[in-house]
Amino acid sequence: MKSAVLVFPGINRERDMARTLKLVSGVEPAMVWHADTELPAGTDLVVVPGGFSYGDYLRCGAIAARAPIMDAVRAHAAKGGLVLGVCNGFQILCESGLLPGVLMRNSKLKFICHDVHLRVERSDTPFTRGYNAGQVIRVPVAHGEGNYVADDETIKAIESEGRVIFRYCAADGTLGDPYNVNGAINAIAGIVNEGGNVAGMMPHPENHVESIIGSTDGRGLFAGLVAQFGKAA
Amino acid sequence: MKARVTVTLKTGVLDPQGKAIEGALKSLGVSGIGSVRQGKVFDIELDGADKASAEAVLKAAAEKLLANTVIENYRIEVL
Repeated sequence: MKSAVLVFPGINRERDMARTLKLVSGVEPAMVWHADTELPAGTDLVVVPGGFSYGDYLRCGAIAARAPIMDAVRAHAAKGGLVLGVCNGFQILCESGLLPGVLMRNSKLKFICHDVHLRVERSDTPFTRGYNAGQVIRVPVAHGEGNYVADDETIKAIESEGRVIFRYCAADGTLGDPYNVNGAINAIAGIVNEGGNVAGMMPHPENHVESIIGSTDGRGLFAGLVAQFGKAA
Repeated sequence: MKARVTVTLKTGVLDPQGKAIEGALKSLGVSGIGSVRQGKVFDIELDGADKASAEAVLKAAAEKLLANTVIENYRIEVL
């Protein structure tokens, strides 16, 4: 699997992401600068990592979403290429129009930085095939603006088309307000686009891939992506 | 030419920051506040003096970047 990790000024999770991609796929990802206009030839997966691109000025992800490289990402996605946005990357994909909705300020107004449980809603996407539907995984969140919001019509479409891939939940998979850490509509933590090839999520699976950290629950996402490309780099 | 673009949240969109400000005003004893919604103001200096083209430029700026029209409305004023 050939992956490309986008780098914007103010991003700070790109090294975690690159390390995880190398660890799980065995192939060093290309780091692609925001001012570039092309992705490396043969890129299978584009990852938009987390951080604070452009200092979160204007709106989270708003300025990065208009960077030159994003036209190449749009073209990649239009051809069915895979795109994964994590945290600020999710915000950037929403701002760029590749995913619907927007990430608003957490309902309790606080930056949250701790482990959460996620229920995997379906296992038939390239991003979740490493898990079973209904499985609960534990991964960290670190965000101040992760409260997923979209208009009623969009939410209805996302839900009826089964495009929610992760929801915040209790350790046993139960949904409920106490577990919905940022107040997201329907406890939405991650979604895919209509084509199922662009995914965004607020939590950080790339930080739970080694047992020394205490959890390897994030590894399934990357292992699934590698499996998608038949393990041939 | 000077212009101002005001960006506000659409009605119905939850505004936790506005709510927090509303609560702070109440706890400060500022009476008579019903509710607060937070928005943004952009003061813009424009090249040229043609009002119609200025409005077109400002509309493009608002649509392309200043506002996220999923959740926000904008208002343009050429001053």
